[in-house]
Amino acid sequence: MTVGMINANPVVHERPERAAHPHPADAIDALDVFDTVRDIKDPEHPYSLEQLSVLSEESVSVDEKLGRIQITFTPTVQHCSMATVIGLCLRLKLMQNFPPHFKIDIKVAPGSLANEESVNKQLNDKERVAAALENPNLRQLVDECLCSNDSHSH
Amino acid sequence: MAMDGGAAAVLREAHRLTGHTDRVWSLAWNPSPGAGAGPVLASCGGDKAVRIWKRAADGAWQCSDVLEDTHNRTVRSCAWSPDGKLLATASFDSTTAIWEYSGGDFECVATLEGHENEVKSVSWSASGSLLATCSRDKSVWIWEMQPGNEYECVSVQQGHTQDVKMVQWHPILDVLVSVSYDNSIRVWADDGDDEWHCVQTLTEANNCGHSSTVWALSFNQKGDRMVTCSDDHTLKIWDTSADLSQPKTSDNQESWRHLSTLTGYHNRTIFSAHWSSEDIIASGAGDDAICLFAEDKSSMVEGPSYRLILKKEKAHDMDINCVRWCPQDPRMLASASDDGTVKLWELRGNALD
Repeated sequence: MTVGMINANPVVHERPERAAHPHPADAIDALDVFDTVRDIKDPEHPYSLEQLSVLSEESVSVDEKLGRIQITFTPTVQHCSMATVIGLCLRLKLMQNFPPHFKIDIKVAPGSLANEESVNKQLNDKERVAAALENPNLRQLVDECLCSNDSHSH
Repeated sequence: MAMDGGAAAVLREAHRLTGHTDRVWSLAWNPSPGAGAGPVLASCGGDKAVRIWKRAADGAWQCSDVLEDTHNRTVRSCAWSPDGKLLATASFDSTTAIWEYSGGDFECVATLEGHENEVKSVSWSASGSLLATCSRDKSVWIWEMQPGNEYECVSVQQGHTQDVKMVQWHPILDVLVSVSYDNSIRVWADDGDDEWHCVQTLTEANNCGHSSTVWALSFNQKGDRMVTCSDDHTLKIWDTSADLSQPKTSDNQESWRHLSTLTGYHNRTIFSAHWSSEDIIASGAGDDAICLFAEDKSSMVEGPSYRLILKKEKAHDMDINCVRWCPQDPRMLASASDDGTVKLWELRGNALD
């Protein structure tokens, strides 16, 4: 990690509770996906991505017919160098929890990051993602972010 | 072709090869398996292993060898030497291993080091005396084979501005092509004094090039056409008949040029393309589909155009990373996927008229 935090004063929100919603047991919808990723920990702070407003319910869209999951996340600051780590966490979490035929597209919210185009391209190059996840230091960081109370995961 | 009558083309799944425990990244058919030997196919992947597949007497395909414990990260690419006696494997561990193949056994006889990051691709020149590698470190290395399983690095090229995805030699000339995450295609040649240079760069700006990562390329048999495929969901066909291996003079300004763009056939990244000796282009993509194309000889438009022969939807359960036509049987296609399998396909029916 770099000396000093990229964002020393994040805004933190309460974690809203949400009632379970009925739907066929094997169907997947945006709220299921959101529940899977909302509690991923920020790489720098002891808060979840949801608490930091990196993610919200509106971040996720699912087209089950096409087998596609799209996530748009908002890094906490414009020059956040942790954006690629957050993207890796999202991708690994989704790969571990949803059927392999789903295509996953991850992007930063438009206008939210100085090097948006570059980060988006990197996060959606599956070869670079695979190589990054073979890097032991990076993999450990990602695993730590994914290691949380799994009471809200499927 | 008379043998296929008028039946429409069909790609039939003939065999499904299992054994890899992670995604399969790349495939390579041995171009010269030896007198009396049937086809030999190498596959490699995320399980850090290379598998060798052969057809048994009863027609079933078997894994005859597993090469492992040499690379400690993903094996991203594999390539046979033209004489079929050597197999090169490129790995995310930053090395390229050279294996000697004597028809039955493999022995690792050399390890090429120097790249700072993952090696993405390896390719032998048509003469078999040169080997090229490329890496996420943005460089393209050219190695010359020396006696005694030695490889001398004769050139390190730095022209790409990003990750280099694939290198491929021209099928006849000592001309090398590299494609990159920087969206460009670069052509490299020796100026005659053992000095390698970039002799042409094909980009979106000035050559009708790709608008996103270029993942792979393939030449036709004569080397006068090339196909490239990209994250922009297109395939591009190039006229590569100009001989770029000759030093440029003031009266020799020939260059390669764009001929055609195939768009609308795949809706995800196209990871692989391969041109058969029967002039059929296969593509494999992140939409889990295989497409086959051929030149449209009935077209009246100026310049060549290419038509879809067929699209095999759901060819695999996940992304297709590599498609390769069998050199001994040009109607057999191998494909490799994130689903951990290799499939062998038979092309039947009338594909060319």
